[in-house]
Amino acid sequence: MDELMLDGNAVAGLLREVFAVEMTTAVAVCDGCGAADAMGATRVFRGAGIVMRCPHCDNVLATLVEAETRMWVGLQGIRTLYVADLDTGEQ
Amino acid sequence: MARAALLGRLTWQRAEVVDIRVETARAKTLVFAVPGWSGHRAGQHVDVRLTAEDGYRAERSYSIASAPDGSRIELTVERLGDGEVSPYLTDELRPGDAIELRGPVGGYFVWEPTDGGPLLLVAGGSGVVPLMAMLRVRAAARSDVETRLLLSSRSWDDALYREELEGLSGTGLRVVHTLTRSQPPGWTGYARRVDAEMLAEVGFDPAERPRAYVCGPTPFVESVAAALVALGHDPQAVRTERFGPTGG
Amino acid sequence: MSIISRGFRGRRSDDVDPSRIPPGQYLTSDFPVLSAGPTPHVPLEEWTFSVVGEVDEPRSWTWDEFRELPSEEITVDIHCVTKWSKLDTRWEGVSVDTLLDGIETSAEYVLELAEGGYTTNLPLDDVTGGRAWIAFAFDGEPLAPEHGGPARMLVPHLYLWKSAKWVRGLELRATDEPGFWETNGYHDRGDPWREQRYWGD
Repeated sequence: MDELMLDGNAVAGLLREVFAVEMTTAVAVCDGCGAADAMGATRVFRGAGIVMRCPHCDNVLATLVEAETRMWVGLQGIRTLYVADLDTGEQ
Repeated sequence: MARAALLGRLTWQRAEVVDIRVETARAKTLVFAVPGWSGHRAGQHVDVRLTAEDGYRAERSYSIASAPDGSRIELTVERLGDGEVSPYLTDELRPGDAIELRGPVGGYFVWEPTDGGPLLLVAGGSGVVPLMAMLRVRAAARSDVETRLLLSSRSWDDALYREELEGLSGTGLRVVHTLTRSQPPGWTGYARRVDAEMLAEVGFDPAERPRAYVCGPTPFVESVAAALVALGHDPQAVRTERFGPTGG
Repeated sequence: MSIISRGFRGRRSDDVDPSRIPPGQYLTSDFPVLSAGPTPHVPLEEWTFSVVGEVDEPRSWTWDEFRELPSEEITVDIHCVTKWSKLDTRWEGVSVDTLLDGIETSAEYVLELAEGGYTTNLPLDDVTGGRAWIAFAFDGEPLAPEHGGPARMLVPHLYLWKSAKWVRGLELRATDEPGFWETNGYHDRGDPWREQRYWGD
């Protein structure tokens, strides 16, 4: 266990800038071990860019590289991303 | 209503300091006016961005300490000795100064009264900030959800929100402190790091299916979350927010 | 147009010759720890370093064999793509020229192979001719695990993501193969003096 490790909550703001909905509650199915976890519960490491890893098997789920007005989102290890909070426009 | 808070404006916005309150020797609460703030949920945070005159930038995340209150939000910041941002926020900022912030963000580590309970909140140091927002929202809603807060602090003087927590206690809320480095004379409470035994004594029985929120430095969160699961709590019902090596 | 925060300076020191700081970088006096994953801990008895790929014969060294190779002390400036630069850092390491000495190859590229699957790619030219080392000591002490110990790559003329921590081998290649960060937004070469941080820079 690394002291420096964070969790998906730490990148909530970054993800929100790219995706139209709150992403920490989105559930990612890991293509390494099949576990399904909320993005907020993933392990986050800060390297040259951000690496999100499966909390069960450490597989890289996603990478985020931010460059001022550009962002690269790698979804390498997410087999499926399930979003339950879509805004249908209803009040 | 909740959805509006989730889909609030997510660009950097100007926030002006309107008030500063001393909490402890190390921590201050900063009150910001954020024009157009569309509200937030307890447990959410903001990303704070500071830009120096030469363009150098630093960004950090801070949990919102307050319950929704129009266009005002409060952040409680603890000064980390070797920090780059926290000493600026606690020692330099004055009413009238401005920072940039982005938020509110977070949907995983949030609680609202309609989520129900029983509610177990476990905090290490400044990890109590988002949990305090939950307690303040709970109080504002006059909720009687059965709640227990276990707060681990270095010493009594370092324990955040002591008086307010005492005032909130009793309305279905039980607050337990553990002081890990030094205790005041006559202290009869816990005087060690949070462990499984303490969690079993203070927390709810797994059969009551509590919702648990654990926040603080990464090692603290790892240890407490593991202990709760080992005690029989459903891992999916234990939500965590890690602050990194030393806290916020 | 961002808001300037009155009085904010950050943890920077700036009494230095500006020509030593590449564009967009800021000087730091501490040594930030950045990592793509958990810190690996490889027991020295199990550690090996290998040169594989486009070579007539792959080579491999155990830790003891590696430490018997001639090494050198170097003082270099290092630059991280996350914008911090650190000057006059002292290292001890084995030159990559030493490891490749006598190897016959037609390779033009290398891929650094590190613990946990991290990779980063460079032209072979960028790691030869006295420009790269496998470093095992920093500031006179054995390299700490959080900084890449027991041994990491050191290629100071490029951004630091091109210097893989916990390096375990070099794969010599005829073709360029983008590594971990190069596949995900970072520049293929990473020259800090030309500010080659991201794709398209």
